[in-house]
Amino acid sequence: MTAPDLQLDADGRLKHLLTIEGLPRELLVQILDTAASFITLAEKEIKKAPLLRGKTVVNLFFETSTRTRTTFEIAAKRLAADVINLNPQHASTRKGETLLDTIHNLEAMHTDLFVVRHPNSGAAFLIAGHVPPHVHIINAGDGRHAHPTQAMLDMFTIRAHKGDFGALRVAIVGDLLHSRVARSQIHALTTLGAGEVRVIAPKTLLPVGVERLGVHPYHDMRAGLEDVDVIIMLRLQRERMHGAFIPSAQEFFNLYGLTPDKLARAKPDAIVMHPGPMNRGLEIDSAVADGPQSVILPQVTYGIAVRMAVMALVMGGSPLPPRRPRRAALKEGGA
Amino acid sequence: MTPTEAVEPLLARLAGGLQPYLERRPIMVGIHTGGVWVAERLHRRLALPEPLGTLDISFYRDDFTRAGLNPEVRGSQLPVPVADRHILLVDDVLHTGRTIRAALNEIFDYGRPASVVLAVLVERDGRELPIQADVVGRHMDLGPHQHVKLLGPEDLRLAILEDAV
Repeated sequence: MTAPDLQLDADGRLKHLLTIEGLPRELLVQILDTAASFITLAEKEIKKAPLLRGKTVVNLFFETSTRTRTTFEIAAKRLAADVINLNPQHASTRKGETLLDTIHNLEAMHTDLFVVRHPNSGAAFLIAGHVPPHVHIINAGDGRHAHPTQAMLDMFTIRAHKGDFGALRVAIVGDLLHSRVARSQIHALTTLGAGEVRVIAPKTLLPVGVERLGVHPYHDMRAGLEDVDVIIMLRLQRERMHGAFIPSAQEFFNLYGLTPDKLARAKPDAIVMHPGPMNRGLEIDSAVADGPQSVILPQVTYGIAVRMAVMALVMGGSPLPPRRPRRAALKEGGA
Repeated sequence: MTPTEAVEPLLARLAGGLQPYLERRPIMVGIHTGGVWVAERLHRRLALPEPLGTLDISFYRDDFTRAGLNPEVRGSQLPVPVADRHILLVDDVLHTGRTIRAALNEIFDYGRPASVVLAVLVERDGRELPIQADVVGRHMDLGPHQHVKLLGPEDLRLAILEDAV
């Protein structure tokens, strides 16, 4: 069974969100539109859209995370769900319990939705294949594979600041090899019809055959940034590097760190994004990270609305029944 | 009823019925979609000083688990804080009362209003909750397979639709 089969029900509605790959464009647009409707929630005295009242959401993070786990928790709470946060690397799994045993035990506690982060690629996919139909899975990052909600909040940020994807030139810069975020972003950008997607990295940090995903690889950052509308910087994942991927931190910063002079190659109104956490002085200069073109903090805010949208869409029941054809008994005039 | 019914006379009746409430400087709020069309006209006709608010009750529906999310959520816009204010809530058709229940819940999440008055273009039979309108354009008794629908947004007209059997 392929991921798209597992993610969508018979009517094409989102049941789990495991990867962007293979999802239809309309569905990605629906996620963005739904998220946009949650943005106005911030104006309310009681910041709730109580769609998940009485539901239980378990944040199951086998890898540490602050931002992602927190925004998922806030998102679930704004939807009025009950939220439990678990970091199993400190508990049962240390005692030898398998991943699926952990899941089945939590299911027995009547969990409705699992938000899963795991160091192994494919973990969320494995879980989604073993839960009963009323239980839903959202992948919050699996190994080097995918991080779909991060990609969708990045798409939301781009649309909010730049509008139509077709007119945009987007550059993704840095450690693409280890980045599940970049993989999901590339699928999202190509599905949404971005004008051009460039990837900029040293050869050692670009996956082999990356151009088959429909992107243009660059090794020279200045050339790659020429006339782009959107710059997405990636975090250099030193914790996943067991070998000589970069000569030195200083060398990497000189060649691939986003500095004001490299940023000047992009369009004057280009936006700068970063999924966080940032390594200041390694992949990004503080003058850029804190500068007027940075939308790094808005990304975090949008992340809540996008995660609410994904939760609401996977938890919503069977599709709205197609409107029964009605005979207008008295039809004339009107629209 | 003529093939479709113009709503002008009903709007006039609603505007008249709302007169007693106007000195409290109320905030008018229409419920998407038909309720907003009606509210826009009433708001203009009554020359209300406060800007019109709109409610999208998609996030408060009681059939979400069964029916899923409305594919076209428009979002709510209440430009003026509702706390301690008098609200004129406007919808096109009052039927089961479930929409109004959801709308009241949503309004209270913006703040605690001083009062809420419900004005509807049409009230029909079929209530499932103890909710009644304060100001009504007209009453209709319809069969269980009949629906009254407001056509718009330009030339507002009412039509009776029947379920195909």
